[in-house]
Amino acid sequence: MFAYIVRRVLATIPVMAIVALFVFSLLYIAPGDPAAVIAGDQATPADVERIRASLGLDRPFLIRFGEWVWNILNGDMGVSIFTNLPVTTMIKQRIEPTLSLMILTLCLAITIAVPMGVIAAWKQGTWIDRAVMGFAVLGFSVPVFVVGYVLAYIFALELDWLPVQGYTAFSQGFFPWLENLILPSIALGGVYIALIARITRATMLEVLQQDYIRTARAKGAGQTNILFLHALKNAAVPIVTVIGIGIALLIGGAVVTESVFAIPGLGRLTVDAILRRDYPVIQGVVLLFSFIYVLVNLLIDLLYTLFDPRIRY
Amino acid sequence: MHRRTLLQGSALALAAPRLAAAQGNARTLRFVPQGNLANIDPVWTTTTLARNHGLMVYDTLFGLGQDFQPKPQMAAAHEVSADGLVHKVTLRPELRFHDGEPVLARDCIASIARWSKRDVLGLRLAALLEEMRPGADDAFEIVLKRPWPGLAWALGKPSANICAIMPERVAKTDPFTQITDFVGSGPFRFRRSQWVPGSLAAYERFAGYVPRDEPADFLAGGKQVHFDRVEWRVMPDPATAAAALQNNEVDWWETPLADLLPLLRRNRDIAIEVVNTAGALGMLRFNHLHPPFDKPGIRRAIQAAIDQKSFMQAALGEDPALWQVPAGAFTPGTPLANDTGLEAMTAPRDPEAAKRALAAAGYRGEKVVILSPTDFPTINALSEVAADTLRRIGMAVDLQSMDWGTLVQRRTKREAPDQGGWNIFCTTWEGLDVSVPGSHQPIRGNGTDGWIGWATSPRREALRDAWFDAPDLAAERRIAGELQALVWEEAPFIPLGLLRPPQAYRRSLTNIVTGGPPLFWNVKRS
Repeated sequence: MFAYIVRRVLATIPVMAIVALFVFSLLYIAPGDPAAVIAGDQATPADVERIRASLGLDRPFLIRFGEWVWNILNGDMGVSIFTNLPVTTMIKQRIEPTLSLMILTLCLAITIAVPMGVIAAWKQGTWIDRAVMGFAVLGFSVPVFVVGYVLAYIFALELDWLPVQGYTAFSQGFFPWLENLILPSIALGGVYIALIARITRATMLEVLQQDYIRTARAKGAGQTNILFLHALKNAAVPIVTVIGIGIALLIGGAVVTESVFAIPGLGRLTVDAILRRDYPVIQGVVLLFSFIYVLVNLLIDLLYTLFDPRIRY
Repeated sequence: MHRRTLLQGSALALAAPRLAAAQGNARTLRFVPQGNLANIDPVWTTTTLARNHGLMVYDTLFGLGQDFQPKPQMAAAHEVSADGLVHKVTLRPELRFHDGEPVLARDCIASIARWSKRDVLGLRLAALLEEMRPGADDAFEIVLKRPWPGLAWALGKPSANICAIMPERVAKTDPFTQITDFVGSGPFRFRRSQWVPGSLAAYERFAGYVPRDEPADFLAGGKQVHFDRVEWRVMPDPATAAAALQNNEVDWWETPLADLLPLLRRNRDIAIEVVNTAGALGMLRFNHLHPPFDKPGIRRAIQAAIDQKSFMQAALGEDPALWQVPAGAFTPGTPLANDTGLEAMTAPRDPEAAKRALAAAGYRGEKVVILSPTDFPTINALSEVAADTLRRIGMAVDLQSMDWGTLVQRRTKREAPDQGGWNIFCTTWEGLDVSVPGSHQPIRGNGTDGWIGWATSPRREALRDAWFDAPDLAAERRIAGELQALVWEEAPFIPLGLLRPPQAYRRSLTNIVTGGPPLFWNVKRS
């Protein structure tokens, strides 16, 4: 197992290197010029050129790429072209809101979606099953920002229970932290809940047809025991896989959710950086997201052994 | 525990921080700016947000009053020698930087020197400057090679780049490099440690600031601050900003979307007012380097087809209080606005006549590339109306939508439109920028050295130079009239109307200073 983990961690290095090359090249060939954005609407082309030169943006691709890679290897992600702040500082400022949003959404989604899927499978063909599947279709179909606006309208503007926007750090108290994250988590969780509920139902339906379930029933095992101890554990591998894959959905959804609820997270940082062509920030954030995604997938692979002892690494 | 007690307890636990926050907010002004404050050196960049930030953190030697005339601000006195060549500025006593150090003549000289390498009027000063010499600690002289009556206006203008007074050590930073020391001279201290770009910029009242003992007068007069803290809360989503304003989570929103104004107007706690009365002049800019707009006749034919009202309605809606037409080359409502040749914009529009004029001027069906920024709704609307207008008069239009970041790069390209260049873009210019010839970039005719579009016109350049030497307002007005006549004749750009987008704020805010950009002195919470 230990050797496998080491192998997988080492395997992330070429993955990250390819991501780095891809991101850097993409930004190099993409249209847009940070110097022109910095200079402002009133600047002359000569001003833009001088700013471009002062930022070193007029140097050849390979030199810039080499410098960037060397700095990354030395733990330096560079400095934002616009704010003059180190990229690591900007990421540190933004990582807590995004992680909070993702973790809360993950907890919310798993807590709701897995029982929903199990119950839908158990009650296959009944109104409960149809209601769960109807919710799943709705969750897939309605965009995150629409759900966000509707929730904000009802719970913030009409009922005045929760704030419309913003983020309060966890260090300032659990309730203020939670208050700001409830609506965003529900909005972001919709599609995730739908995905997990559907896969849980489908997998459970398959497992519930197995001989060992019939045997358990024949031996007099209770329904709850059958569903959650015998069936769910055997259905867990695909469900955990989908939860892992869904992290990418969360990362993508966080960009929209953070904009709708004005949460100062990494998603908004990415969008702002892309709009301004703040290359060091874009490169830093994309690398970080890639690393998180690779790490989550490793974690999921390791979790398989917990649910299915036949799997060995 | 009874269920009802538990629910009440939970509700109180959730509500408690909101109540506490509301009480704490009384001394904090929560402002939603037009965008993200991404850089904070008002001399390094010309962006409006950096300028607005600069007006809070830095004071200026002079400030414009409501009449748009310069008045001493940090200066206690301004004496001009009889020959107009020596300007002696004496500083007010007790001026302090945010680090407690006194503001001295050498700080002002270094600040003017840095500004004069970046700003359009600063460059003028650099060209005319013989020397700047300190007198005592609190006085210095600017010695010119030729008289320039507009010097005080240039040093006090609020348009980018402002002549922000910084400590000498900061002002010695290369003007093409961003400053890293944010000690200012203005009524607010920037809290850099709390700055989260894209989310929050926080300012605290600078207790050591000594305002003039006068009522506030736009950028002049007493800058009395009535809040301990001002927070700029960046909200990229207009619907979120509108909801936050309605929910009393913010106090003031600089750029409410026109589509959301009816909703906000229905809320009795929210006022919708035009704060920036100087507004912004919408304009259509041609690329003079390539056909078909290298021909003045074709530019004039389009000018004759432009209906300014349609542009304004598309940008800001039907309410005529939010825009003004007709608009000439200079910002309507400012001293140099005039009606010379204004019939070019007011005469009945005749698309058929415009088609004939196009043909006569040599239009051969060339494709016209119009750049449009989708992330700037107002400019996007202007671009779409421009495309429609050109199509109606028979031009082959290629409207290319992109984000602003791409547009500002694309428009610097001088290549032909089919090789990645462009023909037309629409934009808006701050009203105060284009209120005088000196800072009016689009009116210039200095070719490839000039602003994007690269218009060449020795006659317009000569008139601009004459404006710098104009001895009085009457002479300035005469020159402005002649310049406007040339604009109709040569059509380097077409004015599309004056936009006066309103701002939305909680009615609990009073005494907001009107005239130009959002200012945070004088304003109070009732």
